[in-house]
Amino acid sequence: MPSQTKARKSLQTNSRSGWQDKVVAGLFRAAGLSTVLILLGIFLMLTINGIQAFADISLKDFFFGSLWNPSAYGEPSYGIGAMLVSTFMVTLGSMVIAVPLGIGTAAYLSEVAPARVREILKPMIEMLAGIPSVAIGFLGIVLVGPIIARTFGLSNGLNALNGSILLAIMALPTIISVAEDAIRSVPHTYKEGSLALGATKWTTLVRVTLPACTSGLIAAVVLGMGRAIGETMTVLMATGNAPAMPNGFFDPVRTITATIAIELGEVPYGSTHYYSLFAIGTVLFLISLAVNLIAERIAAHYRSQHS
Amino acid sequence: MKLHMSHVAALVLVLLATSYCGAPQREGMIQVKGSDTEVNLALALAETYMADNEQASIAVTGGGSGTGIAALINGKTDIANSSREIGREELDMAKERGIDPKAIIFAQDGLALVVHPSLPIDSLSLDQLAAIFSGEVTHWSELGGPNKEISVYGRQSNSGTYLYFRDEIVKGEYGSGTKAMNGTAQIVEAIKQDPAAIGYVGIGYIADKNGVLSPGLKALSICPNDTSVAVSPLKKSAIQDGSYPITRPLYQYTNGKPTGTLLAFILYELGEEGQRIVAENGYYEINEAHKQHNASILDTLP
Repeated sequence: MPSQTKARKSLQTNSRSGWQDKVVAGLFRAAGLSTVLILLGIFLMLTINGIQAFADISLKDFFFGSLWNPSAYGEPSYGIGAMLVSTFMVTLGSMVIAVPLGIGTAAYLSEVAPARVREILKPMIEMLAGIPSVAIGFLGIVLVGPIIARTFGLSNGLNALNGSILLAIMALPTIISVAEDAIRSVPHTYKEGSLALGATKWTTLVRVTLPACTSGLIAAVVLGMGRAIGETMTVLMATGNAPAMPNGFFDPVRTITATIAIELGEVPYGSTHYYSLFAIGTVLFLISLAVNLIAERIAAHYRSQHS
Repeated sequence: MKLHMSHVAALVLVLLATSYCGAPQREGMIQVKGSDTEVNLALALAETYMADNEQASIAVTGGGSGTGIAALINGKTDIANSSREIGREELDMAKERGIDPKAIIFAQDGLALVVHPSLPIDSLSLDQLAAIFSGEVTHWSELGGPNKEISVYGRQSNSGTYLYFRDEIVKGEYGSGTKAMNGTAQIVEAIKQDPAAIGYVGIGYIADKNGVLSPGLKALSICPNDTSVAVSPLKKSAIQDGSYPITRPLYQYTNGKPTGTLLAFILYELGEEGQRIVAENGYYEINEAHKQHNASILDTLP
């Protein structure tokens, strides 16, 4: 009899732990689903509000007009051309600077740097991510701007180049840490094989290690790019925000994020201007979504090649 | 003069506070909300008033002129600070909700046109300013200066100053190359670095009460028209008597004619001590025309 009760007891605890497992699994499933729901909710909120703007604005004026001036002295205009160009310029500019620097630093940290140097550098790079964007924007006005102006003989440095440099600084920690993880995840056997064949450390890195973790590197670049596209305060402060179509990196630019931040504060609720801000928010959302999807496809392609 | 995101954050907090608690209706409690140009001044006035009147309780918040007027229309504030006149749409919306906005003028603000000290131009006319800010004139050489492209600095469209300067001075669209800076502090920082710059800034922000300008800047004298003499904004009397052409009244809107504790506070602001505090904070005392306007609203004067 006692042994029977014992067995039943252990059965009970077993069934209870099974019940606990189910609850925990359910909780995790709910957490996963809620992410999807939140994403869907944001998209619906943006589009439902954004669509109402087109009661007053023609699609043609919105997508092909270049000037954004909703609170105009005369006729308001709602063209997103200059804003789109500005956002792309600043983002691409920052990637041109941050991708080689970031992947180079990641390769140095994981493959070349002695442990002591790594121990100092890693936390410092992580600290860079902790600097508030307002502080970086202020540096853009008082430090980077004047340096750009002096170097290129301009009257001021509040332009797309300034924004690109600052965004590159902000995207670097993301790119470096994700890229470093990717490079570390390459199996030792790959490197050892290459070195055993007589390849130098440099050849091994460029020809074997980096190609082996391309999908991880692409993820690093895309995450960094996401940081750059969505960043608001820094570009708001350092790029001059002139609504004109930029002709180059020395012209002031006004990005989508800056426009929303500037105007949402005091826009009359329920006006065309109000809805149009949601419309450009939707455009921004779709751009980041597209960037992520493309990156996912590229990464999957490389993964399938290597496995 | 704080950064924009802090305004948004403050706005969100205010919205949360008001939507969850409802408008505080405690007896003697006065809510003041609105213009960022006025927020520090209104705060100074409220603090000294509360020090003298212990039963009085006044809460002052910023957020921008439009935010203040919206709060007045929604019945969430007793006084809406505004550095511009109420708009026609806002007035219609107020009438729909049974609100009757009345404007008191409690101080004046002068706008200085600021350039880099190295620029060899000391004065401009209003027409020349309009031409610069509308993008019609693009090089200083067209105005007798060096052959440099003018870099024009302004505020962003959520600023009352942006609207005032556009409607009263430019009288048209800003040029599309006008840089939209995030607050007065950034305009000042940018102009200090830029030898081809021009921008508008509240005088109280860049000059102390003796009319001494902060280093690294030059304030242009302005001619009201092409034939008259240029007037410097640093001459205090020129702002008060209206001979400096770029001054604007600072408003406080109330719902209907103010009464009771609200009236007492407004009379204090307009009185001798209130106006002394106005001058100490870098703004300018109201003139005779303003006093007459106030008298017509209040029926009484301090």
